[in-house]
Amino acid sequence: MSRPSDHIDSAPAPSGNGITQPKLGFVGTLRWFWRQLTSMRTALFLLLLLAIAAVPGSLVPQRSSDPNGVIQYFNDNPELAPVLDNIQAFDVYSSAWFSSIYLLLFVSLIGCVIPRTKHHLQALRAKPPKTPARLGRLAGFTTRTAPVGTDAATAVASARTVLKQGRYRVALFESPTEFSVSAERGYMRETGNLVFHSALVGLLIVVGFGSGFGFSGQRVLVEGQTFVNTLLAYDSFNPGRFFNDTELDPYTLTLDDFEVTYETQNLEAFGQPLDFTAGVTVTPRGGDAQDGAVRVNDPLRTGGTSIYLLGNGYAPTITVKDPEGTVVFTDSVPFLPQDANLTSLGIVKVPDGLAEQVGLIGFFYPTQDETSSGSYFSSFPDLEYPVLTLNVYQGDLGLDEGVPTSVYSLVTDDMEPLATRDSAIQPLELTPGETQELPNGLGSVTFENAAPDAAEGDYAGSVPRFASFDIHHDPTQGWVLLFAVLVLGGLLTSLFVPRRRLWVKAIEQADGSVRLEYAGLARGEDPALESAVTALADRHAAMLERATPAIKAADPA
Amino acid sequence: MNLNELSILSLYSAMAVYALAFIAFSIDLARRSAAVGSTEAAVGATNEAPASVAGAKASGGGSVSTLNRISSRMADDAVTPYGRSASLRVGVSLTVLGWALHLVAAVLRGLAADRVPWANMYEFAMTGTLLIVTVFLIVLTRTDLRFLGTFVTGMVVILLGIGALQYYVEVAPLPPALQSVWLVIHVFVASLGTGFFALGFALSFVQLLQSRREERAGTAKSSRLRFLATLPSAFTLENLAYRVNIIGFILWTFTLMAGSVWAERAWGRYWGWDTKEVWTFIIWVIYAGYIHARATRGWRGSRSAWLAIIGFAAVMFNFGIVNVFFKGLHAYSGL
Ligand code: HEM
Repeated sequence: MSRPSDHIDSAPAPSGNGITQPKLGFVGTLRWFWRQLTSMRTALFLLLLLAIAAVPGSLVPQRSSDPNGVIQYFNDNPELAPVLDNIQAFDVYSSAWFSSIYLLLFVSLIGCVIPRTKHHLQALRAKPPKTPARLGRLAGFTTRTAPVGTDAATAVASARTVLKQGRYRVALFESPTEFSVSAERGYMRETGNLVFHSALVGLLIVVGFGSGFGFSGQRVLVEGQTFVNTLLAYDSFNPGRFFNDTELDPYTLTLDDFEVTYETQNLEAFGQPLDFTAGVTVTPRGGDAQDGAVRVNDPLRTGGTSIYLLGNGYAPTITVKDPEGTVVFTDSVPFLPQDANLTSLGIVKVPDGLAEQVGLIGFFYPTQDETSSGSYFSSFPDLEYPVLTLNVYQGDLGLDEGVPTSVYSLVTDDMEPLATRDSAIQPLELTPGETQELPNGLGSVTFENAAPDAAEGDYAGSVPRFASFDIHHDPTQGWVLLFAVLVLGGLLTSLFVPRRRLWVKAIEQADGSVRLEYAGLARGEDPALESAVTALADRHAAMLERATPAIKAADPA
Repeated sequence: MNLNELSILSLYSAMAVYALAFIAFSIDLARRSAAVGSTEAAVGATNEAPASVAGAKASGGGSVSTLNRISSRMADDAVTPYGRSASLRVGVSLTVLGWALHLVAAVLRGLAADRVPWANMYEFAMTGTLLIVTVFLIVLTRTDLRFLGTFVTGMVVILLGIGALQYYVEVAPLPPALQSVWLVIHVFVASLGTGFFALGFALSFVQLLQSRREERAGTAKSSRLRFLATLPSAFTLENLAYRVNIIGFILWTFTLMAGSVWAERAWGRYWGWDTKEVWTFIIWVIYAGYIHARATRGWRGSRSAWLAIIGFAAVMFNFGIVNVFFKGLHAYSGL
């Protein structure tokens, strides 16, 4: 077996010690190095190293999975964080050191698998090896006496039949005094092992390249809004290295409604969401509109992309008018949820149309409630008693400097607070449908009621919701799955198919009787080997007896 | 009493019965030590036969059924044969009784919640330990591993105790993030794999003790854990541990893959090095290392046993520490 020389099955390598070893030379050194790299010991060492190297990434936040955690970490540990960053501790899984471990491991793996594959292909075509001279020392050694009237050649021929029925590959050998059959089975074990290891390589390659051909993008939609799958329509877009945006299929996606069900029966889980469903309409280019739904754990697959529902919240519709009543701003503004009962935070920026630039920081409470100290909170995530409070600032919004600013934050450093908790005028407070004057006669602000015709006190449809979608495209995912299945299949085959050799020998004794010997040899783990030898002996005996029914069989002990 | 309260009652009863089983198994270990003490006194220093599968006396009569032959070969190579023991039988019976109560507890919890009973830490602990005992009892029907009873019942009582006292939560419906068939498959297979790893851990642990004893057998120093002489040889224990661990490994491989499929459906990517994913991967690699170690010259025996032990420690860490204290997408411990 062409396994690495320190595999438990192979003959021990001649123990050279450093002093007496001849000079290797350049090629010799390379060869020596290669042999070291593809040895079992190195594979084991690299595997264990890989396990250890994976640990730090779970202790320190990673940029790939938790970018905000990294920022937080820098704030909390200003001394330590840059040091850790230097050793790529926030990018462990793409770091030079982590990558070099697994790349070495895979080089070792390839160097190991190729010669084994070659060797295995030969073994598949080769005859089972010659029967050992003495079987007595092998596993499950059993002797029987052939029924009277059976000669050695016949006995071995029938043993061969039994073995062939057991799907063994067989070869007959004979010498003047003895006949024997050598049998081997379980080539699938090594095949499985090689498939397993090769599929790991395949997996690494497709996973490594996979992200390069796809993209992921995010888009927030308020109920009623439509998105066209083009580059500019995304709020954020992360293309893979080899992705070409002409590949985008410009379908449209409309969020028709967003349904949430909350638990109201079980008091232990009161207010816990039970279901989020985004009812959408998808229209392929030049095709007919189709209704669909996107749910958590249940993405919508369309146009070569998968659409995932990642977040949701309220998007109060806010209208700002100047003192003459001209609308200067009106939009449904997604408010970011801050807690489980959807206390939400949103920003409105009004750069033009009023005497001053105006910024609003809004808090939205779907079911407003008050603590004993007078501060507001939301006590239920659904719209029972929605209230919007607005802090009003005037001054420079900072939009003109050409620096991109987030729509979800407002820098108030250079602004004058007009209505906040600390100013003379308290924050504005609105319920759906209500309008309030802005301070300083700047104009007015309205919290629009999306369902103005609803009954008094029924706020269920008063505020639109938004959903945030992740849209992904990964053309290699099918390959990943295929290799994963091969890994699992190879593993099962290689661990559960026994590879073994069995021998049956028939020796003519001086007294004319025929002595039968049976023994086996395991190649790898084979707990059932000995019972297989016994079973073979039993089946063989039964067959011989059937062949010589006239003569009563001798005691088969 | 509602279903959940019945479930709790049943669970506490199961814990009490397991505790009794633990006592019975411990008494058995003490008896074994005593039995070894008396034979050693009679025979003097025991002569250790180098155990080897090939060398085992296997040419016996063909009338014995195959299964018996395997299992008898497995457990038969103890230095000191150890006869029947009443406490051992009591221990097994109590374990079966405890298991039945445990099963009832899990089923009632599932009925009370109207879903599978493995969706938060309390339920993971309950179902995970149930599977540990299940695996143990199933393996018992094929191979005599009753000497692990103290370990299995002891561990299960401790884990259940922690689960019930620290992690208890009321019945709650599944949040949308967990509403998936993959919760049923992925978590169940992971727990089942854990059951096998637990048994493999115990076997590897006993293997280490045994090989220490075997090394010392020639010398004057004898092990204080005399009951070891009634257990299978280190060689046999290693083979048993390997067989149990590779089943665990296959289940774990499947867990990893099923988790990826689920992650793709839930989060839009099949792998993202989330903390829980990282630890699942680490465990997988450790056990791959263990399998390699078994096939590497110089690593068979005690060294590979240590890897199985480290692997199981990582499994426990993943369950007990990562779930509760680490931040990540898998925020479902329900705490
Ligand atoms: C990516 C890293 C690797 C992983 C995850 C891995 C994993 C495994 C697993 C799970 C098995 C047991 C299942 C089976 O027999 O198919 C195994 C067996 C084996 N591996 Fe690897 N392996 C890796 C790399 C290597 C390398 C680099 C070598 C060559 C030095 C190697 C040589 C072997 C051999 C010879 C066996 C058979 C063991 C036996 O006879 O029981 N593996 N490997």
